[in-house]
Amino acid sequence: MTLKSVLKVEGFSKSFTLHEQGKLIPSSSNVNFEVFPGRLTALIGPTGAGKSTVLKGVYRTYIPSSGRILYRSENGNTVDLVKADEHQILGLRKREIGFVTQFLHALPRQSTEDVVAMPLFTRGVRRELAREQARKILQMLNLPERLWGISPATFSGGEKQRVNLARGLLAKPRLLLLDEPTASLDPVTTERVIELINNLKSDGTAILAIFHHPDVVDKLSDDVVRLAPPVGAESFFEEKIA
Amino acid sequence: MDKVLEVRNLGKVFGKGCSRCFDETGPKYETNICPHCGSVVAAHDVSFDLYKGEILGIMGESGSGKSTAVKNLFFDQEPSSGKATFFDEGKQYDLFSLNAAQKRHLRNHRFGMVYQNPVQGLNFNVSAGGNIAERLLMNDLRNYKEIRDRAIELLRRTEVLTERMDELPKNFSGGMQQRVQIAKALAINPPLLFLDEVTTGLDLSVQAAILDLIMEIQQERGTAMIAVTHDLGVIRLLAGRTIVMKYGRVIESGLTDQILEDPQHAYTQRLVASAL
Repeated sequence: MTLKSVLKVEGFSKSFTLHEQGKLIPSSSNVNFEVFPGRLTALIGPTGAGKSTVLKGVYRTYIPSSGRILYRSENGNTVDLVKADEHQILGLRKREIGFVTQFLHALPRQSTEDVVAMPLFTRGVRRELAREQARKILQMLNLPERLWGISPATFSGGEKQRVNLARGLLAKPRLLLLDEPTASLDPVTTERVIELINNLKSDGTAILAIFHHPDVVDKLSDDVVRLAPPVGAESFFEEKIA
Repeated sequence: MDKVLEVRNLGKVFGKGCSRCFDETGPKYETNICPHCGSVVAAHDVSFDLYKGEILGIMGESGSGKSTAVKNLFFDQEPSSGKATFFDEGKQYDLFSLNAAQKRHLRNHRFGMVYQNPVQGLNFNVSAGGNIAERLLMNDLRNYKEIRDRAIELLRRTEVLTERMDELPKNFSGGMQQRVQIAKALAINPPLLFLDEVTTGLDLSVQAAILDLIMEIQQERGTAMIAVTHDLGVIRLLAGRTIVMKYGRVIESGLTDQILEDPQHAYTQRLVASAL
């Protein structure tokens, strides 16, 4: 029996039209890959190869310029995320597709516990139960307990990143997008994160990830996709919008 | 998911209007004044859907038509064209073909509105508690004690000191007036709430508290909301989806993070780039 992919990206391209400067900036071109349940696909390549662009395209923070992004959802239907309507995307983000970036986007004035438990709140898990699970994962990620009750706004980069990861991992999505989640973590915490990501994989989560460190790629990835900067990217300064 | 509101081709023209009004106004012509007849095209061809439990942002600068859209839906103004359907408890209401009594019924029982200026939303001749009682009375709550208890509960929820509920709103600070207005709008637990620049002109700390309150209420009750604002921060915080308007037209709409990170229209790109 062959494994069916959760995500299949075909001929994905993205370029940005900057009206003010009259420029067309290519960011990704003709990207193809698949992501399978319980496996991790790593995107590698130099800065400017469009790795983050691919993740944002899948999450639809960016509108892809061309290609198809076929996602097989929980109910077995396949949707092209490029064409899916906004409510469909919002529904998938709420229930099935998670995104952990390098930066923490949290509502201000909210305790760390609640920030982490938020995805469970929105799915209707009881507040106390959700907070209990949040505390458990914060513990595993070595975030000092004295920080759990306060807002992460004033945390250090590494602390924020742990909060961000805790939230993303606790949500246990079907498809998880990770953009350099270990970039500012110490080696001990990085090992913990690797362990947690491995746990998620054994639970069947399909993961598409970008890692800063090659050794993390080696430890976690099942498939590796190398991206190259799109042709024309180095000369975009001369490029004019047709 | 349940649709709460469906708006199609909503338009509002101030003035007599002519056949060329829509041809030479809008973002392309950088005006909403018709060069032929002098009419003001405040809004034209505005369409969107709103679902239960979501907050839709309408963003634009002064004169973009964002408030006009909401005022038409709340019956503060009469639209010149278009159709809006409100879906409520298995029934459908064609908003712009209702008679005055039916409109009043929806305003009093099913819609809530929070204006930028509390003078518009509150009756300044009666106390804070009285303002809420007014709305409860319209909903057939007649028992004095029940009304008072419910008013206390609402004011507590919006963090207005209940010791001051018998004072006139004019004695309150702007932020406090805004809280009373929100309490009043929420009194009947409306499935649809309009927010028109609710934090504009308030201190930053007061803005933050009002926005927190709105988000909490939305989570607790799943109220569908339309938030009109020129403030990108408010949009980022509240809205899942956003419409961008300029010179009376919708120039772009999408998921809020997409509008902010990958804006398609030149105007939106400029707007996002100029955010502090």
